[in-house]
Amino acid sequence: MTVTTFIPAKSTAVKNYLTAGFGIRSWLLTTDHKRIGLMFFGSVTFFFFIGGAAATLIRLDLLDPAGRLVQPDMYNRLFTMHGVVMVWFFLIPSIPTTLGNFFLPLMIGAKDLAFPRLNLLSWYLFNASGILAVYFLLVGGVDTGWTFYTPLSSQYATGHVLPAAMAVFVNGFSSILTGLNFIVTTHRLRAPGMTWFRLPLFVWAIYATSLVMVLATPVLAMTLALMSMERFLGIGLFDPAIGGDPLLFQHLFWFYSHPAVYIMILPAMGVVSEVIACYARKPVFGYRGMAYALMSIAVIGFFVWGHHMFVTGMSLYSGVVFSFMSFIVAVPSAIKVFNWIATLHKGWITFDAPMLYALGFVGLFTTGGVTGLVVATLAADVHLHDTYFVIAHFHFIMVGGTVSAYFAGLHYWWPKITGRLYPEMWARLAAILTFTGFNFTFFPQFILGYLGMPRRYHAYPPEFQVWNVLSSAGASILAIAYILPLAYLGWSLLYGKRAGSNPWHATGLEWMTSSPPPEHNFVRTPVVTSAPYAYPDPETLADEPAGRRPQA
Amino acid sequence: MSWIPFWPDTASNTAVTVNTLAIGLFAVSAFICLVVYALILLFAFRYRRGGSADRSHRVKKSWHWEIGWTSATLIAFLVLFVWGAGAYLWLYQPPANAGDEIYVVGKQWMWKVEHPGGQREIDALHVPLGRPIRLVLTSQDVIHSFFIPDFRIKHDVLPGQYETMWFTATKKGEFRIECTQFCGTQHAEMGGWVTVMDPADYQRWLNDQGAEPDLARQGEALFRQLGCSGCHGANSTVHAPSLAGIYGKPVQLEGGRSEIVDDRYIHDCIMLPRTERVAGYPPIMPTFAGQIGEEDVLKLVAYIKSLGNPASAAR
Ligand code: HEC
Ligand SMILES: [Cu+2]
Ligand SMILES: [Cu+2]
Repeated sequence: MTVTTFIPAKSTAVKNYLTAGFGIRSWLLTTDHKRIGLMFFGSVTFFFFIGGAAATLIRLDLLDPAGRLVQPDMYNRLFTMHGVVMVWFFLIPSIPTTLGNFFLPLMIGAKDLAFPRLNLLSWYLFNASGILAVYFLLVGGVDTGWTFYTPLSSQYATGHVLPAAMAVFVNGFSSILTGLNFIVTTHRLRAPGMTWFRLPLFVWAIYATSLVMVLATPVLAMTLALMSMERFLGIGLFDPAIGGDPLLFQHLFWFYSHPAVYIMILPAMGVVSEVIACYARKPVFGYRGMAYALMSIAVIGFFVWGHHMFVTGMSLYSGVVFSFMSFIVAVPSAIKVFNWIATLHKGWITFDAPMLYALGFVGLFTTGGVTGLVVATLAADVHLHDTYFVIAHFHFIMVGGTVSAYFAGLHYWWPKITGRLYPEMWARLAAILTFTGFNFTFFPQFILGYLGMPRRYHAYPPEFQVWNVLSSAGASILAIAYILPLAYLGWSLLYGKRAGSNPWHATGLEWMTSSPPPEHNFVRTPVVTSAPYAYPDPETLADEPAGRRPQA
Repeated sequence: MSWIPFWPDTASNTAVTVNTLAIGLFAVSAFICLVVYALILLFAFRYRRGGSADRSHRVKKSWHWEIGWTSATLIAFLVLFVWGAGAYLWLYQPPANAGDEIYVVGKQWMWKVEHPGGQREIDALHVPLGRPIRLVLTSQDVIHSFFIPDFRIKHDVLPGQYETMWFTATKKGEFRIECTQFCGTQHAEMGGWVTVMDPADYQRWLNDQGAEPDLARQGEALFRQLGCSGCHGANSTVHAPSLAGIYGKPVQLEGGRSEIVDDRYIHDCIMLPRTERVAGYPPIMPTFAGQIGEEDVLKLVAYIKSLGNPASAAR
């Protein structure tokens, strides 16, 4: 990206955002989007390990077909906790509230988000709801699954369903506020010359995600409120015994929860586009197509929710329509995969950790995507619905996809965030372990699913044991791959080499300012004059493009 | 354990249909994944930094490529969609020649089965080989799901609804029944076995199940016991409609709606009489919700149905 006002990399005169203030108050009362991004990073990491602990116990229990490690009720609480925490307190906020918060203003050349105080409020709401949720999930527990299906949740479940639903309800406000903030920021605070089609794809992705957050989350809030009214006041909404309709709950719930899947995956697509362009040293192939694909996924994603209900007794013909729409929404995703691959074509590819994570993402996302088509196919879903096949499918998208992209982004922007380089070899090892461990954990679950192992079973027929043991073994590799970055990234904070403002020779406004960025991001507002990803074309270059990564 | 399972048994006509579709889907999926992985590895190797591959003449105009692969994927997707949808409509619509209905009631945490002849079983279902079987499913409490992996079929089982499911077993033996919709503490234990038998053995099995009267007769006894006959009986003085011959016919409801009398309608008349009232009658029909279980409702339904059918009423 060409920028007319060039900001010197080493401007010692300005304090960076980390040194701009010290002490606990300077953090807890900050309105700096970068600090809030870091605070969100702390929060989601905490919840990631809570959800991960629940997953660990689940995988340990399933080593044994009789599931003797924990009692059935305990098991049910564990997977509810795993689902609730991972969906609402890790996957949904992960990329938007951390990397999005930190880099959206930097990438569009803004000083901060449009509503900095709202941003801080969002963090407080998030933590309050998270701590509430974890408290009630631990004390007494909730045993409905993260889906809260009625009438189980409203009439039969014994746990703390109401407080847990309340926590998710409050969490929704954090999501809505963040989404609103990002939308307004993208519309109003772009630097001069930063037109819509000069926005990096990460910004497009965050923008599309924010639209979904703002439009879908209120429906979740209403649904949970209605469910609580039935449970608490006995108003017949979903329980047929008092005149309600249980499928109504599912329609409302999935009207939110399918788009929620796109809240999780769209930002990941944005990150991967940035990373692949940088390490292939080429503009993203079909930039406009990529932006349109993001937007169409966000829009079409609102019309596919019924694919979660093919076996519920919903009218057969609405099943047909929902299946059709699910195939349609897969088309823009396919376009994205092909365009990423085409971006590699005739590039100058290096395999630094972010790139390894990003390429891993493309592979795992593709596997998750095609198996998504399998379960979107009506007759196949009659067999596969609510089996481990579905579990494997969505973990490929969300864990294989979103978490890989999250790590890709974290490593890619780490020098900008902290001013330090991470140790490259350790990071590559972690990336490779993530990919391997992931496949070991979840591929066996496709087989288990077709064999007919239902989800949410704490015990299972003994013939399924081989695949479960394999899956649990893979999970232990995955656990190492997730703990490793904690260690070496922590180490790099103290001992990592100084990064300089643009260690990867990447394009994008965020690399034009110093690392860590100054309090108000730019010393002078940048002016943008060309499209993003202006990596040099070899035809105008005698030799390989300059800019080898510095060694850490 | 000496063997590793890769593929479930194929024990019904529905399993064959789903298998063929699944193999097609898996083949397409594997092909797409293979292409993606191969291209990534190929490009990653050829265009690695330091490699000497030619980088000139990059593709700059991207749109015709994009239109190319968009239409290719779209067409492939549409083929899969049509195939899957066709099979689904066949899978979920019982054929006209499907035999008598076998009722299945899901309940935390067991399956209760009632055969039309009055035979009852728990967590077990006996069916004859080679004959289309129709199941009618309902739940007593929360949502369950009735799944027979070796038949590749499942259907959710909802309270207050009657769902149907059908299959023709093509292999003798025992096959697992599982509950696939999370339903509380013992969800994982909620299961059982389908036993597929030769039709002759099946007949013998039916006869050996003790001398219970058939479902309709049991319903008739309940009808008297619960006091229904006091209002609906032929010589009752209460102003209540006669139930003879109503099954399968339209009925005019209060408020101008009309409905066809079917299982669900009768169920709701008994359990939720407030939701629909026959036009011209006072709202005095009491609700039986909480007093009788879904199995008894099914018996009453069978009885009222038999009243509508002169042949069986004559029994
Ligand atoms: C106190 C009298 C009374 C009793 C006892 C009673 N009903 Fe009714 N039932 C009525 C009346 C009056 C109607 C018509 C108004 C309505 O639909 O609510 C009716 C309607 C019905 C209908 C709908 C008939 C139609 O033509 O559509 C069915 C079916 C029915 N009852 C079944 C039963 C069964 C089964 C029982 C016993 C479990 C029973 N009733 C007990 C009074 C009674
Ligand atoms: Cu969905
Ligand atoms: Cu169950």
